[in-house]
Amino acid sequence: MLKISANPHTQTSRDTRAIMLDVIIALMPAALAAMLFFGIDALRVMLTSVAGCVMFEYLACRYWLKIKTTTGDLSAVITGLLLSYNLPSTMPCWMILIGAFMAIIVAKICFGGLGKNIFNPALVGRVFLFISFPVQMTIWPKPYFLQWTSPDGQTGATPLNILKNIEISSEHSMYLPDDLPGYWNMFVGNIGGCIGEVSSLALLLGFVWLLWRRVITWHIPVYYLAAVFALTSVLYLATGEIKFLPLAHLLSGGLMLGAIFMATDYTTSPMTIKGQIIFAVGCGLLTVIIRAFSAYPEGVSFAVLIMNALVPLIDKFAVQRYYGEKK
Amino acid sequence: MVKKYTFPMGGIHPDKHKITASCPIIKAELPPFVTIPVKQHIGAPAKILVTKGDKVKAGTLLADADGIVSADVHSSVSGEVTKIEDTPGAGGYTEKMITVKVEGDDWESSIDRTPDIVKEIKLTAEEIIAKIREGGIVGMGGAGYPTPIKTTLPEGKKAEMLIINGIECEPFLTADDRLMIEKAEQIIMGAKVLNRALGIQNAVIAIDENKPDAIERITNLSKLYVGVNVKVCKTKYPQGGERQLINAITGRELPSGKLPIDIGCVVQNVGTVFAVYETVLKNKPLFERVVTVSGPGCAHPGNYLARIGTPISSLIKQSGGQPDDIEKIVLGGPMMGNTVTNTETPVTKLTSGILLLNGAEFAKHEPTACIRCGKCALVCPAGLRPFAIRQAVSFNDPADTLRRLHVGDCIECGCCAYTCPAHIPLLDYCKIAKQEIRKK
Amino acid sequence: MNDLIIVNMLLLGGTALVAALILYFVSKKFAVRRDEMAIRIAECLPQANCGACGKAGCADFAAACAGADENEFANLYCPVGGAAVMQKIASLKGFAATDKPSTVAVLRCQGNCRNAPAKIIYDAVSSCRIAHRISSGQSGCPDGCLHLGDCVKVCKFGALSFDEKSGMPVVDTSKCVSCGACVKICPRGLFEIRPQSPAGGMVYVACRNKQKGAVARKNCSAACIGCAKCAKLSDLIRIEDNLSYIPPAVDAGELGSALQQACPTGAIIYKERIRG
Repeated sequence: MLKISANPHTQTSRDTRAIMLDVIIALMPAALAAMLFFGIDALRVMLTSVAGCVMFEYLACRYWLKIKTTTGDLSAVITGLLLSYNLPSTMPCWMILIGAFMAIIVAKICFGGLGKNIFNPALVGRVFLFISFPVQMTIWPKPYFLQWTSPDGQTGATPLNILKNIEISSEHSMYLPDDLPGYWNMFVGNIGGCIGEVSSLALLLGFVWLLWRRVITWHIPVYYLAAVFALTSVLYLATGEIKFLPLAHLLSGGLMLGAIFMATDYTTSPMTIKGQIIFAVGCGLLTVIIRAFSAYPEGVSFAVLIMNALVPLIDKFAVQRYYGEKK
Repeated sequence: MVKKYTFPMGGIHPDKHKITASCPIIKAELPPFVTIPVKQHIGAPAKILVTKGDKVKAGTLLADADGIVSADVHSSVSGEVTKIEDTPGAGGYTEKMITVKVEGDDWESSIDRTPDIVKEIKLTAEEIIAKIREGGIVGMGGAGYPTPIKTTLPEGKKAEMLIINGIECEPFLTADDRLMIEKAEQIIMGAKVLNRALGIQNAVIAIDENKPDAIERITNLSKLYVGVNVKVCKTKYPQGGERQLINAITGRELPSGKLPIDIGCVVQNVGTVFAVYETVLKNKPLFERVVTVSGPGCAHPGNYLARIGTPISSLIKQSGGQPDDIEKIVLGGPMMGNTVTNTETPVTKLTSGILLLNGAEFAKHEPTACIRCGKCALVCPAGLRPFAIRQAVSFNDPADTLRRLHVGDCIECGCCAYTCPAHIPLLDYCKIAKQEIRKK
Repeated sequence: MNDLIIVNMLLLGGTALVAALILYFVSKKFAVRRDEMAIRIAECLPQANCGACGKAGCADFAAACAGADENEFANLYCPVGGAAVMQKIASLKGFAATDKPSTVAVLRCQGNCRNAPAKIIYDAVSSCRIAHRISSGQSGCPDGCLHLGDCVKVCKFGALSFDEKSGMPVVDTSKCVSCGACVKICPRGLFEIRPQSPAGGMVYVACRNKQKGAVARKNCSAACIGCAKCAKLSDLIRIEDNLSYIPPAVDAGELGSALQQACPTGAIIYKERIRG
């Protein structure tokens, strides 16, 4: 018997699962960097987080919603990876599982599952942990390159912490103060911080992969980073304070991770290019404001979450040009 | 480096599958009978002139255009009219068709059957348009809009450019490609005929870059003729869409609701231009066309010159038969073509291809949740937002919302549904939406 | 110290006063005028907002009732609430309630998998409205049910369900409120809101195929072939385009079973009672 169907009769083979797989591959350089700098602990954090997220999604689909399990689309794996990238390597396993629960059950399943959540699940998990366990979330072990376990258990401060607490300097200097690690260290990731955010190099490699596979367009990351760079430059030139050092802001903290992987999350970002630009610039603005003026040294999570809440509004007004419409 | 043209907004790159690009056009065998629909175009069905038992020749007028928006229908074979009745068409809905039993192959004596290429145009514009009307020519790219209307300039309008559409952006199809390679000179003469009819000296043959042989043939020959040029376009679907092609070639967009002639353009398909040549200069009405028979289920894919009314089963048989595992037979390309319910349905003036499809690549997938990736809006060549249209369709009284979303501008190219990673049938929602706004 | 308290009280009190005045004027200026009567009528309505009455929703219908005179009121009817609700509204208005026979949606097709076996497979997930555009359907009948259930999805009252065995939608007459949503959505117009015939019960032709008898029978064994045997039993029955239509005025109680037996293909359906 012949089949009939409406056109088109062919569909792309790049389905949701294939796209998610590409995002996972793009996240792999950062995972490698995390293990190089934080050893076995980084692996433990990542595995716990991924296992927790996948488990919660499976259990929720199977026993709560009683629908076909959606773990096959791999989105829970990404949530797990992104959550773990936002945690320090000393995080206890049970806390990670609480974060995974918040991410999957509260931020995703409760809103209706894949595609319906308003807030980025991984960021909700992270912010919940950050507020609930501020002590554990702000212990930053010193990176120990190519050693499985920390040789001395030393901890230190992140570059952003150092910037935040730096004495007001009267000198107009483009050079880094002595207590900050060098730009090269910040770029490759030899600094204290969350396991996945330290290496800008690895994250940029992931960005190149995402662009090459056409998973995302360049707009959100580039506009986000450019907005942060531009704003800190203005503040730096206007006040001359070292704490606004633009390149240090660009390379440290969760900015690269946030701009490339968090803000570009399909579900929680606007759907048109115009909307994505508004969203990205808003994220950049809020990040700088929080970093510069709030009590927290880091502001990417909060900035992205606040902009997430504005996405429905942006989607309503940021409409692309129709064919034939006057320019 | 030659400049390559393309349209800026949206578009996709599906797998090309042009497996028949190097197969020369073969004359298809005459079937035992042909069934010729009286409506193979947009507009009113033609008025039937023959009755059961009449003897006809190839080229005999069977049905006369009923009004301006209609087209003549000619017999494609010689023989006896055996049936004039409602017959199921491709979709299974019945339409009036004339069945002619084939006896020999007599053509009307007025038809010039010599292989010489006529290179002289003696007719005036009005005479050319009259001949095109008598030849029953319609847009053979798929729309089926009667060609005489398109070539007649409306009051106060002036044509500036004739764009000849040799894009053929649909996967699999190579009928136009082969026609351009094998009948290059005729197509150029056809373009000159249309130039004369429109009173211009500016025909542009647009060919996309995946047809190097056709580009070479036409470019070399066009140098010998005044007023015919070639422009090479990038390969991108749906570049063959009228609005997209105008955008690519002239850089101008056609505002919603306007016709190409409003910005001085006339777009004709390559097949149509060849038919214009044959009708105007060789006196041969449109009763045969090139059809690509292809697809993963086709044993011997090829390009056939088939008579209008040939049952598609006859062409399928000539190209290796229909294997048991064929799931879908599509008339036209896989992006915009329609599936058939029976293989007795005839080849019409608009049938550019017959595709035998099977396997996962051409199956419908179960839709999953929308992940809000926005790819549908990114690839839409009309700049629409299919995701928003899908949401709006389920509203209680959606017509006004849908109109604000410009659903009427949808060209039904299928880019959105092709590209959706969740396999949501977005084009279906757009089609329903268009029905909703038409209701009011 | 006292000064501070007094200043504070004055400041806050003043602010409150100004705010209260603003609120008062705004609420006066932008007040939505609602008819007392319309509010009381709206309270009687089922609030399904289905639009079956022809108005945009229950509030709109209530406003129409409130503004209607006796003649206009006779044309207003809420099929969901039925006679009971209209009685209430009529008593509020002080009019006599209009009496309408109870109606129910019927499906005028019997093209199930036995009567009209599938010749092709519909390979897509969407709707009847798309299937109607691309082909005549699985059985080949151009006017028959497409078995994809747009009507089931659109029914707000759970009165339509899909019978997996036959592949046909089934109307649950005890839940159907005749809102007409299925009539509007069906691309082939297979549903009809039919009133009960005067003596109760219902008899109708369950076919919409207008093809010639032989052609119709090829696709579906339960098709109406336009043989006009039913028309001999009642003058009210019309045959047009090879299709018979039994108007609701034909008395089902008297002629129902005779009509059913007269039909050679079984296209006529007779039900003694439609509810209960």
